[in-house]
Amino acid sequence: MARRDSLAGYLFIAPQLIGIIAFVLLPLCLVFWYSLHEWNVLANTFTYTGAQNYRMLLEDSSLPSVLGATALFSFGLVVLNMSLALLLAVLLNQKLRGIAVFRTLFFSPVVVSLVAWTIVWGFLLQKNGGINGMLLTVGIEGPNWLREPVTAMISVIVVQVFKNVGLNMILFLAALQGVPNELYEAARIDGASSFKQFRRIMLPMISPTILLTSIITIVGSLQVFAQIAVLTQGGPGVSTTVLVYYLYQQAFQFHFFGYGSTLSIMLFVIVAVLTFAQWQLRKRMVFYES
Amino acid sequence: MKAELSPRAKVMVYGAMCVLLIPFVFPTWWMVTSSFKPVSEIFAFPPRLIPDSWDFTTYGQVFTLQPFAKQYWNSAYIAAIVTVGTMGISSMAGYAFARIRFPFANAIFMVVLLGLLIPSEVTIVPLFQLFLKLGMVNTHWPLILVPIFGAPSVFATFVMRQFFISLPAELEEAARVDGLSRFKIFTKIALPLSRPALASVAIFTFLHSWNLYLEPIVFLSSADKFTLPQALTQFTDAYGGPMWNIQLAAATLTALPVLIVFIIAQKHFVEGLAHTGLKG
Repeated sequence: MARRDSLAGYLFIAPQLIGIIAFVLLPLCLVFWYSLHEWNVLANTFTYTGAQNYRMLLEDSSLPSVLGATALFSFGLVVLNMSLALLLAVLLNQKLRGIAVFRTLFFSPVVVSLVAWTIVWGFLLQKNGGINGMLLTVGIEGPNWLREPVTAMISVIVVQVFKNVGLNMILFLAALQGVPNELYEAARIDGASSFKQFRRIMLPMISPTILLTSIITIVGSLQVFAQIAVLTQGGPGVSTTVLVYYLYQQAFQFHFFGYGSTLSIMLFVIVAVLTFAQWQLRKRMVFYES
Repeated sequence: MKAELSPRAKVMVYGAMCVLLIPFVFPTWWMVTSSFKPVSEIFAFPPRLIPDSWDFTTYGQVFTLQPFAKQYWNSAYIAAIVTVGTMGISSMAGYAFARIRFPFANAIFMVVLLGLLIPSEVTIVPLFQLFLKLGMVNTHWPLILVPIFGAPSVFATFVMRQFFISLPAELEEAARVDGLSRFKIFTKIALPLSRPALASVAIFTFLHSWNLYLEPIVFLSSADKFTLPQALTQFTDAYGGPMWNIQLAAATLTALPVLIVFIIAQKHFVEGLAHTGLKG
């Protein structure tokens, strides 16, 4: 029976395991292998060059700006997303009539097609678009949002936050609803202010969720592509060229597959290091784990 | 925090929420209404929340400028296959990892979890080369096979495993005593109970496939093969500038059906995601 059971176990996981080997692990080995080569698609040559692509990383004059844009985007996105999600979750955690309608509406952009959402925002953010139009009705002349470095970066962050903050909001809300009411009551009897209750009870109690969602959000922020491609094409200049967009340009627009692979390895290392670091932080940050 | 709020606090909470709602709701409103505006009105000042004159011809142009019906079908059938396929693969794997004891189960689970750590953008170059060798570039195979078997389904497997772990073991023991095979136990007992988890797997898998953008633009090159996200950005004029009203009409056609289904089924939607997604 045990042996038959083992066989069943292997059969059940086989499709997933084979898929991971074929579509994740093998490509990961290949991308490392490619990164050690100079790959000329037009001349159809593929020559081993060792660490040359990695030296190119150091000499690439665009790369510091690309990494800077990536860091700025991820940082801005995570901070804004997490704080807005928490604020919305706290608001939605009140006993109020019609609260479910608000919850649905705040969540709705999550189910709106990503590119559709991005196109509307791109339209709103045009020089003569809806946002500047509304600003002008109150006498403010708005900037050309997507054509100036600072406002372009703010725009791509904000568009992405409104698109997906609903997911974290729901996760936080579920966590808040899991906090036993007695804790608040006890705190109230002891005379703790609302802010104290938030700081000393709510935050610690939902810290496992905060950690989990922050990992998901950071890794997700490093994968942003469609919004950049549709809104700014990485511009103006390279001010919104994040790593994934740069990788796409190098590999699929300029056909530098070798260098593109090197950038892929870099992205992989960044994601791995961040995930690992946050996992380690868990011990210090998370006060309570169910 | 759960205590009844004072009337004044209530008004403040409602007010804050209404203001905060604007950037969440207004873009969708603007997308739908602007798609009916004639070109002359699209950048009209002051902005018109409701079109002065309604132009329905944009919706016809969506279908004549591009094979939009074909593209719609492409997105729909790919998302459907990916959703069903992922539900199958991930429920089987998740069940085995949670319920069946077999040698190296934990080690294999760790290997599978690597898929969560490796964003698909990292492997897009070798995957392109792989499918090029297989003669599958400019076909829908990469958009179907990779999500079902590769990294995107790992999260689904993880969710299913967490769900099956929480099922009481007694439910299965009676069946085992009766001599039911593993496969029968899985299909007759475990799977029917996992409906809530399966539902949320279905939802986020569908949305993931429906939103996929990098992969289609890397793998597909002819308009009749395009999926919707990719097609939306192709409505451009002779100078490459976007034809806004047509893009918005196409965007409305892409976004609205999903949005309506969501609003009808929102209770299952949101709660399913909340209760299975976070128990990690």
